Amino acid sequence: MSLHSNPTAHPAAELVQAAKRYGDVVALDGVDLAVRPGEVVALLGPNGAGKTTAVSLLLGLLAPDGGQAQLFGQNPRSPAARMRAGAMLQVSKVPDTLTVAEHLTLFASYYPAPLPVAEAVALAGLEGLERRHYGKLSGGQKQRLIFALALIGDPDLLFLDEPTVGLDVASRRTLWERIRELVQRGRTVLLTTHYLEEAEALADRIVVIDRGRIIAEGTPSEIEARAGSRRVRCRTRVEVGEVLALDGVVRAERRGDEIEVLATAAEPVVRHLLAHDPHLARLEVRGAGLEEAFLTLTRHDDDSNQEAA
Amino acid sequence: MNAATSTTATTAAHDHGANTPVPRRNLLRLYALEAKMECLKLLRVPAFAVPSIAFPWVFYCLFGLTFGKGSVGSTTMATYLLASYGAFGVIGVSLFGFGVGVATERGQGWMLLKRATPMPPGAYFTAKTALAVVFSTVILSGLFALGAFAGGVVMETWQWVSLAGVLLTGAVPFCALGLALGYVSGPNSAPAVVNLIYLPMSFASGLWIPIQALPGWVQAVAPWLPPYHLNQLAVGILGVEMQMAAWQHVGALVLSTVIGLALARFAYVRDRGKTYG
Repeated sequence: MSLHSNPTAHPAAELVQAAKRYGDVVALDGVDLAVRPGEVVALLGPNGAGKTTAVSLLLGLLAPDGGQAQLFGQNPRSPAARMRAGAMLQVSKVPDTLTVAEHLTLFASYYPAPLPVAEAVALAGLEGLERRHYGKLSGGQKQRLIFALALIGDPDLLFLDEPTVGLDVASRRTLWERIRELVQRGRTVLLTTHYLEEAEALADRIVVIDRGRIIAEGTPSEIEARAGSRRVRCRTRVEVGEVLALDGVVRAERRGDEIEVLATAAEPVVRHLLAHDPHLARLEVRGAGLEEAFLTLTRHDDDSNQEAA
Repeated sequence: MNAATSTTATTAAHDHGANTPVPRRNLLRLYALEAKMECLKLLRVPAFAVPSIAFPWVFYCLFGLTFGKGSVGSTTMATYLLASYGAFGVIGVSLFGFGVGVATERGQGWMLLKRATPMPPGAYFTAKTALAVVFSTVILSGLFALGAFAGGVVMETWQWVSLAGVLLTGAVPFCALGLALGYVSGPNSAPAVVNLIYLPMSFASGLWIPIQALPGWVQAVAPWLPPYHLNQLAVGILGVEMQMAAWQHVGALVLSTVIGLALARFAYVRDRGKTYG
């Protein structure tokens, strides 16, 4: 971890107070994000959180309404700034009637020092399919060609926008393996995903984004701690407000005659509850996974009522 | 393909060291490849390649050769319709290549993927223009051969050359209009939209049947349609009297180009940030 995050290095990609709106919809609301060389950052959030907008700003596909987007210290709107980047975007399909090798040859010509086509083919696991038309590839193979197109320029920074959406489990694992290989070769990666498992499997830093704002940031274990990693449940008369005041409590909720508490550590909560309620019953302590942490972090106040009901 | 793999790629990927000169991409090769792939891509789509190349030939055989002995103004039907179906063919590939091409590639996300690369934006549009020129050249070569060998068309050398030149240059306004259609229409509706504009517009402009033979009200509408002006310039080379001054026909085509580009730009800006690229 510490190997990767060299704070003095110039960020490979950076958003500074970036804002973007589509009509009345605010997609990004003052986002700060820096991806340092060698880092694998996952931008994690539910659909519509602003992940793709963030990537679009960094690739110069959109211009920010406020703040700044920089790619290797340059404005990404200029093609020159994109020479050292490669991107795998959502809903990318390429023309059916060109072959794998033709697609790669064409994209290779956009870059000053591209990989040989054969090397990109090998990195993406497309050996033997070079002469096949894109339209004749399977779903997983198609996605791997899009991946190869992102690699062909031999980029220092790779953008992967929801790279495994729509893939079956096996294809997803294969693509993860390919991405890990690249990371081992020192590539910087900015990954967006709404699969927590994917962020955990690939990233060394997770940035949680929701409704256009960054709401948490850290290593997977820090994110867990931040959101509370222990869940305490019991039947008690102790008031929720009282529990909320305890150290390390992230969330407390009453569900009928039971309360549920999410906290960084269970012991202080349990100690307090037992001391204050001799009739306490059905005590249960569970580890809350990252999945739960993510749900907690991205839960909106306006839907908490439904959940309690 | 082999040419591509033998480029200056450094296998030791990430040490663009200080002693190695900064590699530069070959722009000429980039533009040429973009054009080559554009042509390959569509040559392999029979639904595009066959109608756009063969329809002008078939129509010319049906109307130009069958009624070839008839006269239009100072020339034969076979000669007159050679120019008209030439215009018909050039306009078709320009409108379809740009209109359907841009709409489809926006829908696929291919255009967005390309915009995320350092591809010069001009390469994409140059390639589509090259496609229009290549396909037009094939169409015109076939038509000219049919005219000369089967239709008894006799012209001075300068007339053959000028006719080809005017028709190929005449692709420009239709590329611009096609571009606008490509940004205005959705990927699925684009082929229908282009056909609904292309076919009636060609007919009413006198590309199928000489304009003089059309009903009066159609003749009144024709000057508002860009193909009419290209056709007039083309038949003018054959010695047929144009219905307006040459500069007026040229001006109308220039105006069409400007309107097409402005509309394309407007639709492109409006579309930004929406689903398509």
